[in-house]
Amino acid sequence: MTLFQTIISRPHRTRPFRGPRAPKDLVFVVVLWASGVLAIGAMAGVLIVLAIGAAPALTEAGLAAFMADGDWYPTAGEFGLVAMVAATLAVSAGALAVAGPLGILCAVYIRYYAGDVAGAAFRVVLMTLAAIPSVVYGLWGMTVLVPHIAAWQPPGTSLLAGVIVLSIMVLPTVAVLAEAGLRQLPASLYLGSLALGCARHAAIKRIVLPSAKGAVAAACMLGLARALGETMAVLMVVGNAVAMPDSPFASVRTLPANIALEMAYAIDVHRSALFVSGLVLMALVGLLLVMRWYWGGADAAQS
Amino acid sequence: MRRSLRPFVNDLVVRAAVAAVVFVLAAIVVHVVTRGAALVSWDFLTTAPRAAGRAGGIAPVLVSTAAVTAVALAAALPLAVGAAVFLVEAVRPHTVAARLTRGCLGVLAAVPSIVFGLAGNMIFCDWLGFGFSILAGGLTLALMILPIAACVAETTLRMHGEDRRAGYALGLPQRRIVWSIMLPAAAPGIFAGLGLGFGRAVAESAALIFTSGYVVRMPDSVFDSGRTMAVHILDLAMNVPGGDGNAFATATVLLVSVAAVVALFTALDGKQGREFV
Repeated sequence: MTLFQTIISRPHRTRPFRGPRAPKDLVFVVVLWASGVLAIGAMAGVLIVLAIGAAPALTEAGLAAFMADGDWYPTAGEFGLVAMVAATLAVSAGALAVAGPLGILCAVYIRYYAGDVAGAAFRVVLMTLAAIPSVVYGLWGMTVLVPHIAAWQPPGTSLLAGVIVLSIMVLPTVAVLAEAGLRQLPASLYLGSLALGCARHAAIKRIVLPSAKGAVAAACMLGLARALGETMAVLMVVGNAVAMPDSPFASVRTLPANIALEMAYAIDVHRSALFVSGLVLMALVGLLLVMRWYWGGADAAQS
Repeated sequence: MRRSLRPFVNDLVVRAAVAAVVFVLAAIVVHVVTRGAALVSWDFLTTAPRAAGRAGGIAPVLVSTAAVTAVALAAALPLAVGAAVFLVEAVRPHTVAARLTRGCLGVLAAVPSIVFGLAGNMIFCDWLGFGFSILAGGLTLALMILPIAACVAETTLRMHGEDRRAGYALGLPQRRIVWSIMLPAAAPGIFAGLGLGFGRAVAESAALIFTSGYVVRMPDSVFDSGRTMAVHILDLAMNVPGGDGNAFATATVLLVSVAAVVALFTALDGKQGREFV
């Protein structure tokens, strides 16, 4: 199989049964194909539009201007994205460092610790966490978290606040997808290790989790992708100064926040430079998707 | 002695993690609702904001939210059902077309919402000339919820393979099978998918600030700009000193409406434990 096929492959299904096809059905089939093409077109359209929007700035300033370690004054021809890329990666990696292990523990709890009722109840907790709008997390972060951090290390709006808020938001993604991965393991794996005399914790740590490595890694990748793209909750708590993230208490600005903050009044090259921010963000997410497919298989943890 | 403590410590770690998650959820919800609930009243829901939102209610915001989500769901429904039926009926599972479609939907599901905002701004506001409008915002959200709605619809359609094969055995043409057998049978699942899409749409702010905009007036038509609840909360929290109270009140209304609609659609669907985070 080529890499491309590997990326988008799915487990085998039985061949669908083909019924007789009346001439009128042809119209129907055309409509069906049109909707399929539309779904592909939606994704292609988003990427193409992003590229078209980014083109003016890229042709005028060149990609090097964005990658250079410069300041971000797009109206004055300074397009340094490096600090914001670093901040985006720092906030997201920090969030995953917290939410990854916690999410895996939550998945283990649902699968191997909780009874039916407790498991279902905890699932509802995770769904609720996933359903809370990001502005509500942001509002909570601004009014509870930031003052607490400010009392300790002013001004409070910081990388750390972003990491905490984001880790809460990413946790349900990791937990639910990791749990789905654990559920796909053959039951005999866990039961067999218990039968061989393993303690529960040993069976989980040495047998179950290593076997589900791919799915768990895929869950973390998807969590990270979600963290990279999160805009408003992060924007509300990190302070938004364009600076390298050199301390947990530093004020930083992430790529999505940069777009959200400036898009309203940006024109010409400035606007185009924001599309470049979007393109860079999309490239980061795309990289993660490829990694997730590589590790987890396309069928694992489809959201 | 040390060895015998290990299972206990390991179990403790798992349970502590779970307790921490439950605690954080409770802390956030309780904080938002206790600060917001006292301010929510019939007047709050039915009057217009005053003093940049510090005082008054959120009536136009509620109307805009309903309008944006209605446009989004109305546009996403045919697209998602079309894509799902295409995947189930028109192509065999392992053909290039099927993989490409599914791959594209998968990528679309991972696109950050702010990127949808950029694309929507250019396509709907600029090229199609809708400007900052409820229509532009709704269509942008439709693109965003398309993959999740299509995925749920496809799963549900596949659950009714028996009915489908029975239809073919009776010699029914394909369009009759889709219209009269599969879609009615899968309707609850399709609406559950839309419910999830609604949850996402009503929570969205990043894709909307520069597509549907943040004009707080009562919209006259879908071509007017309108501010949704999420955008209202954002604006009150970030740009309006002293807007916290009404931000919490709006957040309470938002939480309650998300919970109500997601619960309603889940009940309609009837299948518990479906998870699409």
